[in-house]
Amino acid sequence: MNHDTSKLERLLTHGYFAVTAEVGPPQGASAAGIRHHAELLKDVSDGQNLTDNQTAIVRLSSIAAAVHVLAAGGEPIIQMTCRDRNRIAIQSDLLGAHSLGIKNLLCLTGDHQSFGNHPSARNVFDLDSIQLVKMVQDMHEPGAFQCGDAIAEEHRPRFFVGAAENPFAEPFAFRVRRLAKKVAAGARFIQTQAIFDVPKFARWMEMVRDAGLDEKVYIMGGICPAKSFGALRYMSTVPGMAVPEDLLARMKGVEKKKQKDEGVQIAVETIQALQETRGVAGVHVMAIMWEEIVPRIVEEAGLLPRPAA
Amino acid sequence: MIVCERKPIPAILEHLDGRRRVVIAGCSECVTVCHAGGEKEVALLRDLLLLAREGLEIETQVLTRQCDVEFLEALDPLVKTADCVISMACGVGVQFLAERYPATWVVPAVDTRFGGGSRQAGIWEERCGFCGDCVLHLTGGVCPIIRCSKSLLNGPCGGSQGGKCEIDKETDCAWQLIHDRLEGLGRLDLLETVLPPKDWSRARDGGPRKLVREDVQV
Repeated sequence: MNHDTSKLERLLTHGYFAVTAEVGPPQGASAAGIRHHAELLKDVSDGQNLTDNQTAIVRLSSIAAAVHVLAAGGEPIIQMTCRDRNRIAIQSDLLGAHSLGIKNLLCLTGDHQSFGNHPSARNVFDLDSIQLVKMVQDMHEPGAFQCGDAIAEEHRPRFFVGAAENPFAEPFAFRVRRLAKKVAAGARFIQTQAIFDVPKFARWMEMVRDAGLDEKVYIMGGICPAKSFGALRYMSTVPGMAVPEDLLARMKGVEKKKQKDEGVQIAVETIQALQETRGVAGVHVMAIMWEEIVPRIVEEAGLLPRPAA
Repeated sequence: MIVCERKPIPAILEHLDGRRRVVIAGCSECVTVCHAGGEKEVALLRDLLLLAREGLEIETQVLTRQCDVEFLEALDPLVKTADCVISMACGVGVQFLAERYPATWVVPAVDTRFGGGSRQAGIWEERCGFCGDCVLHLTGGVCPIIRCSKSLLNGPCGGSQGGKCEIDKETDCAWQLIHDRLEGLGRLDLLETVLPPKDWSRARDGGPRKLVREDVQV
């Protein structure tokens, strides 16, 4: 593999159980928080996702945030949604991202703008996430813009391309077929929606294995530590999230000041269950607004130190 | 049909911009069917405006079709003595009237909402986004362009749950409908192909559209 490959790609290719972590850029123009989180996460994770205006709330751009992560010595994974940009803007931004040294890209459909702070905005959705994956793949190999115009070989952007999947959304039986489309389009890694319902995730993984997809794509299970019973209950109301009743009851049964510890414990147990699930290549820890907890979770899960790439 | 909804009376009064000699023009097509701008609604709007503002002089006429210039002539005598036309047709009708009467103030009385239909009295649902490049043969007769909140072409996003869309619990997930229908027809295989990016140039993105058919020209 040449020097163009990302650290995350090398680790996954070499069979390490990878750890990525999510960083939510601020609703403002200061990079201080991003640098702080990059410092915090760079040695306990193999890649750091920079969200792209998540939940349709305006934030500092994913690509700009990634530059700050690079400067801090981290391994940025930019996110790109289809909600806010058409194919012209996306390709332009990706050329720019590559020129800045960014090597990992997560392609997403994007939350509908009705969830965010600009619900009267027009949405784009010129492409869907699968078409986005294919477009990015084509820009590198065979090396053409979406319109078909060739990109000179030395100028082609190359990304380690990922996509998301939600094992808990419906139609359940169709999710794996859709995953296969993402893989066929060129996705190399998948970061899943947060997993609370481990048995349901295991059923989904079984379908993934039956389709042979675990051999073709690196599946990274989503981990979302809950700070409190209230936070966990809120997550259970988010569309596409599945939080089993017994987990809610478990959290509720813990006295308030110990709920953070319980949240960490649940995250650690989930990671350990995923490590034992055949076909799972790593975990993606989404501790938005609670990034400080990630080192502890990774450590308690027995995943430190991280391997050198 | 083109589904329309009458604007609130205060908004229509504001559109008049102080004008007093008013013609209300209804239409016998879609807006009659969706109870927004047919004969009954024209009469009701006249009464409501007269109640709301003194000194208005209102004439009314319901045209066969406002989206067809050959039927507009019937309005000419009334417009001659008016200083304002309120169209109760869709946006097409309003514009055709504005084009015909360059010296007259023409305003809409309805909001043109969507291309849809009625499955039960009093409820209209959107079904067509006029994208100019129909894919219904690939999607089991359910339109992903207009019925999926994100116009996805390759299956449901992660927000589909219980058959509903993530944006609200009242909205069906179009991709659940597509999936179920194709499953019933034994054609889930249709969903395995990665559909390429859509050619939006045939939709409004390509600029104002015009259809020319020589075979029906006279």
